[in-house]
Amino acid sequence: MEISNNQLLRFTTAGSVDDGKSTLIGRLLYDSKAIFEDQLEAVSNTSKRKGHEGVDLALFTDGLRDEREQGITIDVAYRYFTTPKRKFIIADTPGHIQYTRNMVTGASTANAALILIDARHGVIEQTKRHAFIASLLQIPHVIVCVNKMDLVEYKEETFTKIISQFEEFSSKLLVKDIRFIPISALNGDNVVNRSENMDWYKGAPLLHVLENMHISSDLNKIDARFPVQTVIRPQRDGFIDYRGYAGRVASGILRPGDEVTVMPSGFTSKIKSIDTFNGAVDEAFAPMSVTVTLEDDIDVSRGDMIVKTNNKPESKQEFDAMICWLHNNPARPRTKYTLMHTSNEPKAMIKNVLYKIDINTYNREEEDKELKMNDIGRITIRTTRPIMLDEYRDNRITGSFVLIDDATHETVAAGMIL
Amino acid sequence: MSKYYLNYLDELESEAIFILREVWAQFQNPVILFSGGKDSIVVTHLAKKAFHPAKIPFPLMHVDTGHNFPETIAFRDSLVKEFGAQLLVGSVQESIDQGRVAEERGKNATRNALQITTLLDAIETHKVDCAIGGGRRDEEKARAKERFFSHRDDFGQWDPKNQRPELWNILNGRHFEGEHFRAFPISNWTEMDVWNYIQRENIQIPSLYFAHEREVVWRSNSWIPVSEFLKLEEGEKIEKKKIRFRTLGDITITGGIESDADTVEKIAMEVSAMKQTERGNRSDDKRSETAMEDRKRQGYF
Repeated sequence: MEISNNQLLRFTTAGSVDDGKSTLIGRLLYDSKAIFEDQLEAVSNTSKRKGHEGVDLALFTDGLRDEREQGITIDVAYRYFTTPKRKFIIADTPGHIQYTRNMVTGASTANAALILIDARHGVIEQTKRHAFIASLLQIPHVIVCVNKMDLVEYKEETFTKIISQFEEFSSKLLVKDIRFIPISALNGDNVVNRSENMDWYKGAPLLHVLENMHISSDLNKIDARFPVQTVIRPQRDGFIDYRGYAGRVASGILRPGDEVTVMPSGFTSKIKSIDTFNGAVDEAFAPMSVTVTLEDDIDVSRGDMIVKTNNKPESKQEFDAMICWLHNNPARPRTKYTLMHTSNEPKAMIKNVLYKIDINTYNREEEDKELKMNDIGRITIRTTRPIMLDEYRDNRITGSFVLIDDATHETVAAGMIL
Repeated sequence: MSKYYLNYLDELESEAIFILREVWAQFQNPVILFSGGKDSIVVTHLAKKAFHPAKIPFPLMHVDTGHNFPETIAFRDSLVKEFGAQLLVGSVQESIDQGRVAEERGKNATRNALQITTLLDAIETHKVDCAIGGGRRDEEKARAKERFFSHRDDFGQWDPKNQRPELWNILNGRHFEGEHFRAFPISNWTEMDVWNYIQRENIQIPSLYFAHEREVVWRSNSWIPVSEFLKLEEGEKIEKKKIRFRTLGDITITGGIESDADTVEKIAMEVSAMKQTERGNRSDDKRSETAMEDRKRQGYF
């Protein structure tokens, strides 16, 4: 079998069971033959035992004992399917329990977000939350699926009304590419195949959109940023003096001969070679994992960033960020946390909480500023050492960080630099 | 279309290399859990690529149930020699001899669950703070919930409801003494991706994966290989069949499928048309609906 040049597309699905989200995922998996007979049999047996009519497709995505027993999704689940055109990774995030924490997690690596709306109910609070998080996490593409069109007699008016409802509130958000598709996940209308019940819809069905959407530009190809993960020193015959800097290109393009600066030290040099196991390459771009060697013997180690001398990120010790709190213990102002940003791990302190955002109304709350689990707010943060950063909207890798509580070592917050 | 994009296999490879380098940078004493199966072979291959031109910096740790396919052990030993890697072996037989665990009794007794104790003992003995595994999220429903960096408490237990969120490509491997991590660099790969990669990279794998003639017994819907450990039950008879194995584990519980696929290319073709999951032939997963989750909670691979 020929190994194709197909791309990988990661998308997140948001919605509750009531929106038919699991049915939609079940259908995508089933129609692309990603569900196996033994899985189908196991799920059919469980459905029967629980007295459900037909096969409960939600059981494909709920993996843990508690989830199956309680009929809820607790955690992000990853699902995979492949079509002749692309490989897909679905980050399936729960609609109710800890939705913000899980949605933010799923959204952080997604190329696209699927937002489900029940055609009978139109835009509800949950829709606004999902759209807000897609915009906050800067998911490049948003697809709004208006589901259960079969229950509104496939009426175009219902669909266009929901589009205008959505556009009314989403004008406040920053979403670059947004599309609307009327579907019925249950009957398969406009999921894999074009619906025969909605002649008025001239667009493509969902799978076609996912297969053909342009994602090569989703990663930043302008600002060359190479965070050093580790130094490779083989110290064996033939490589006695070899000193390579291993990392994954965060953004931009690097080529041998490029004038580079190592931050934060500020030493300059030129790229001597970009090495991989399969040999040296002429250029490296995101998200390639490579090993870079420099012309000059300078001190470079984990936590440093190699960048082009004519395009440097900012080096800062104090900056503002939007933050999503992920832990049961609320944020403690003026307490030290460890901040992980690329391969850098300075200590950090929340200097100030400027406001919280109500993700249902998008209003700012300036009175209650305690950041609790699932809260989103704007903070000023100070680090003990400068970090090399870009704004999150320009760069999802060098613009993002997490906070770790030193007392528990747990990840307590996700931050997007402003 | 822009030339600046990776195909999906390159992207998965790059992600796995990134994770392996993070393990090396964040932990003191990481090992690769090496079973001799295709997934751990792929992880070892990726480690070779990640640190080139240096040698693989991780020892390989094998949890030996004592019920091995001889082919797997021969393969393991030759690979260790070729890579110049260090091999650490945790022996279930020793755990039994020392009275740490007792053999299961009854009709479907296996050493599968006993491995948990041996594995955790080996992790403690060698002061391992991160054990890299070839687990994939598509394998099993409990594994679909795994993180790249998965925390284990000081009893080696996994708490699936209380996992650290993993955002962007930031991996938090911080832990207290006595706790450890499991790292899964090929979490996002499917069985098909693994085969396509083995084919592309021309990776050597044990002969058991290829169709071959073997003496087998039909049990629990698959062909169980005849070995010194197999006790024939009433009504069972030994037959000679052309089979191959989709996964490799303990010889007493790993079932084969009838197949003519004797090259990687043919296997990839066969896998793409499969109607059963690869673990469908593993009786260890069939004990209950949450058999994998229950074992994983206790510290299983």
